[in-house]
Amino acid sequence: MAGLSTRHLLGIKYINRADIDLIFKTADNFKEVLNRPIKKVPSLRDITIANLFFENSTRTRMSFELAEKRLAADVVNFSASNSSVKKGETLLDTVNNILSMKVDIVVMRHPAPGAPLFLSKHIPAKIINAGDGIHEHPTQALLDAYSMREQLGDLTGKKICIFGDILHSRVALSNVFCLQKLGAKVRVCGPPTLIPKHYASLGVEVSYNVKESLKWCDVANVLRIQLERQDIKFFPSLREYSQFFGINKRILDETGKKTIIMHPGPINRGVEITSDVADSKDHSIILKQVENGVAIRMAILFLLAQKE
Amino acid sequence: MDKEGKVILSHPKFALTIERLCHQLLEDHQDFSNTCLVGIQPRGTLFAQRIYDRLGQLVDLSETKIGKLDVTFHRDDFRTHETPLTPFPNEMNFLVEDKDVILIDDVLYTGRTIRAAITSLMHYGRPRSVELLVLVDRRFNRHLPVQADYTGITIDAVDEEHVKAIWNDNPLEDEIILYSQKF
Repeated sequence: MAGLSTRHLLGIKYINRADIDLIFKTADNFKEVLNRPIKKVPSLRDITIANLFFENSTRTRMSFELAEKRLAADVVNFSASNSSVKKGETLLDTVNNILSMKVDIVVMRHPAPGAPLFLSKHIPAKIINAGDGIHEHPTQALLDAYSMREQLGDLTGKKICIFGDILHSRVALSNVFCLQKLGAKVRVCGPPTLIPKHYASLGVEVSYNVKESLKWCDVANVLRIQLERQDIKFFPSLREYSQFFGINKRILDETGKKTIIMHPGPINRGVEITSDVADSKDHSIILKQVENGVAIRMAILFLLAQKE
Repeated sequence: MDKEGKVILSHPKFALTIERLCHQLLEDHQDFSNTCLVGIQPRGTLFAQRIYDRLGQLVDLSETKIGKLDVTFHRDDFRTHETPLTPFPNEMNFLVEDKDVILIDDVLYTGRTIRAAITSLMHYGRPRSVELLVLVDRRFNRHLPVQADYTGITIDAVDEEHVKAIWNDNPLEDEIILYSQKF
């Protein structure tokens, strides 16, 4: 059987349907490993992985670290806040220094879109993009689609709506690419100021009506308002955003459907989603997403680490 | 490339071999309530099913578990293998803690798969004992000190040759074929 068509995971844009299917199939096996009494396998025992996080992260970083440790890899962690980056070192210098310590795979999160692509052209290690600015977050999209597939089966023709701050979201763009490759119908919904015009050209439906979109979709993937990336006001106040674009139990119940609710985290409770929806056992699969994240990341590391 | 191969075991000897292996198991185990059969993916699981089916006609196996063990994540050639490794489903819905495990594979060759299988098996608990049952033992090709407790047939094949057990829907069509080259 063929392996992945690429030696890096820079974005969903650069992989094909067969790659996605292979990652999902491999993740199925790792999910079984994660339910064993001993949850560790020795596949990556001679591999060294550097986790380079130039931006804050809790879930993704822990998920990657756990995946790497479950595969028995050697792991080195780096965060920009307490490194020489503060002293003016360039990205390439930082990474080259780390690579001279014989690192095989680099997992990188960076505020600049395209940073992993730049790195892949300059260093021999394999690169996994763990989020680059507002560009892509491929592993999140893969675990989202994997979680949806677990609930709904084949995603062909399924209706998925992404709610919230589309403009600043790398998760949204990766989700769109991934879901379209899997044959799903994708819609984005949020305030007009937070939906970039070019989304319509991606073959995505655009809506500004939350109630109508909730009625339309099988899955609602709700995104966080990224205040840290908003240098100007895109809506009058969080309270107003919550009133017009937040998802609460009342409007969810009005649809009369058992819509699946997802959120990549961290959740701003009471802003884009209320607690009764986020914690609802009937709708929410948010914690399953986190669990699947480890299996998906193990699968990606396993597939990329193989001989080329 | 020779893809025709030479049949080295087929019906009726094939069925007789399975019959003999089952009776050898009966001789050693008698009561199978603490025993589990674990087939190694992919082809060992088909052989394990044949053994389980025939054994079930001879003795009560209502408490005997049968599992499918995939060893991909425990292989020692992960980074050196020419073609990418893709795992098979692992179906071990029970623990082997304090059980008598019969590990089953179709062909015993270098012994590396069995080494990986034993490591993988330990992830499901500490078995009381582990025995190895194989259909074909290629006795001159071992890389590790691994020997089977129950052997269907023993053959002397050189490294360049390839031995394959063919499992069909109809057990009467099962056979073992020796090819002159690997493919």
